[in-house]
Amino acid sequence: MTSAVPGQPSKAVLAAAPWVFTIGFFLVWEIACRALAVSTFVLPPPSAIAKAMWEYRGPLAFHSAHTLWMTLAGFALAVVTGLLLGIALGASKLVHAGTYPLLVAFNAIPKVAVVPILVIWFGVGWAPAVLTAFLISFFPIVVNVATGLATIEPEVEDVMRALGASKMDIIAKVGVPRSLPYFFGSLKVAITLAYVGSVIAEYNASNYGIGNLMARASADFNVPLLFAALVALGVLGVIIYAAMAILERRTTGWAQRSNFAT
Amino acid sequence: MSPFVALAGVTHAYGGSGPPAVEGMTISVNEGEFAAIVGPSGCGKSTVMKLATGLQFPQAGKVVVAGKEVAAPVKISGMAFQNPTLLPWRTTLDNLLLPLEIVQPHRSRLRRHRDEYVARAQALLEQVGLRGMGEKFPWQLSGGMQQRASLCRALIHEPQLLMLDEPFGALDAFTREELWCVIRDLHASRKVTVILVTHDLREAVFLADRIFCMSARPGRIIAEREVHLPRPRDLEVTYTSQFIDIVHELRAHIAHARTTA
Repeated sequence: MTSAVPGQPSKAVLAAAPWVFTIGFFLVWEIACRALAVSTFVLPPPSAIAKAMWEYRGPLAFHSAHTLWMTLAGFALAVVTGLLLGIALGASKLVHAGTYPLLVAFNAIPKVAVVPILVIWFGVGWAPAVLTAFLISFFPIVVNVATGLATIEPEVEDVMRALGASKMDIIAKVGVPRSLPYFFGSLKVAITLAYVGSVIAEYNASNYGIGNLMARASADFNVPLLFAALVALGVLGVIIYAAMAILERRTTGWAQRSNFAT
Repeated sequence: MSPFVALAGVTHAYGGSGPPAVEGMTISVNEGEFAAIVGPSGCGKSTVMKLATGLQFPQAGKVVVAGKEVAAPVKISGMAFQNPTLLPWRTTLDNLLLPLEIVQPHRSRLRRHRDEYVARAQALLEQVGLRGMGEKFPWQLSGGMQQRASLCRALIHEPQLLMLDEPFGALDAFTREELWCVIRDLHASRKVTVILVTHDLREAVFLADRIFCMSARPGRIIAEREVHLPRPRDLEVTYTSQFIDIVHELRAHIAHARTTA
């Protein structure tokens, strides 16, 4: 509440910290590039990147929007599939035992290796991007939802069962609400993974998107544009992560009452 | 009169094998009676609860509740545990309404008659001294208040059988005695049969009409004692010699069971 806790940073300092650190990071980068006279071809200084961002603002905005769209579509698929699979895994020991090794094996496959298959099936375009985003991001959702369900307190289950609650009742009234903090926690991981997936697919098999823009910039040895695209990716990544974090806070405030991380 | 809850020669082992948790248990509790089961920890007291509510079925013997042999969760029971087990994402009031979302006929009536049920929940909260606390979340309440709310949840659907598994075990002595009185009054104001599992002998004698002593695992009934202290009982009764004698007697049974075990 108060800032007068000895040895603890005040609220204002904490609020300023992300900006100070970010700006400091770019300043150090700029100074290092200039002091060591690094070629823009190897590592462009932030000023050159900013110039490239301004110069290519049109294409960057267009391709970012496309990437965002692919990411969200794949992510939405992952949320639906992840929830359903997670509930199935959490509710049934048989499903869990039967499918878990498969899921883990599938998750371990680098998704960049799947992109060529998707291209053979669907051709170059939106499908590989959306599907890669989906394939790479549903696993953490499944695991987290299943964990939330599997860790229902036995006493709560007893209370429900003694009332005559069916398995579906227990899942709907206790299991799902209980796994929501896990679910929203996993969304933060999943959305960034989906993002990685769509960029990978765009890099390999698309005519649009930041990934595609980077593939072309790379072919042209346009290093400042390459870095400008990376910065755009980073900014977009922070935005979608923050959106998920806000959603999490809104929906599962009851689970975040600890003062641990003050 | 046939007993409301009857276990006859019941033996039960979890998972169907291994050493039994309870063995050859026979108890019977009449309708409207307040029964207590006391014994050392790990003697299978909680198993008795699970058997009587149909959460577990015995390997041998018979469990009869309300004239029917138990073959499924009995649905006419309410339960409260040492841990209040309230759901943290629901307000206290919504926690109370949970059983009504499960048990018929309330389940299909709840949506249309919500006001009536909310009023019932509020009345119950008031009866246990939680007036106006319905809008708070359980984690905003103290341990004693949570336990009161948990009792309300166990009673909201007006069950015929109330099962209490060491409900006051985690509370301090003063709060515990307050809640003894709460549960005493709840029992007096409703025609509900109560089975209380506890290791607190004073608690058992203060509240119960009939006390069963259990031995250490495998749990067996080693003594049954009726308590004829007049009702309503005041906390003062716990300092009378009559009360203390009963506690001593029960204690002797349990001490004996421990030394011979």
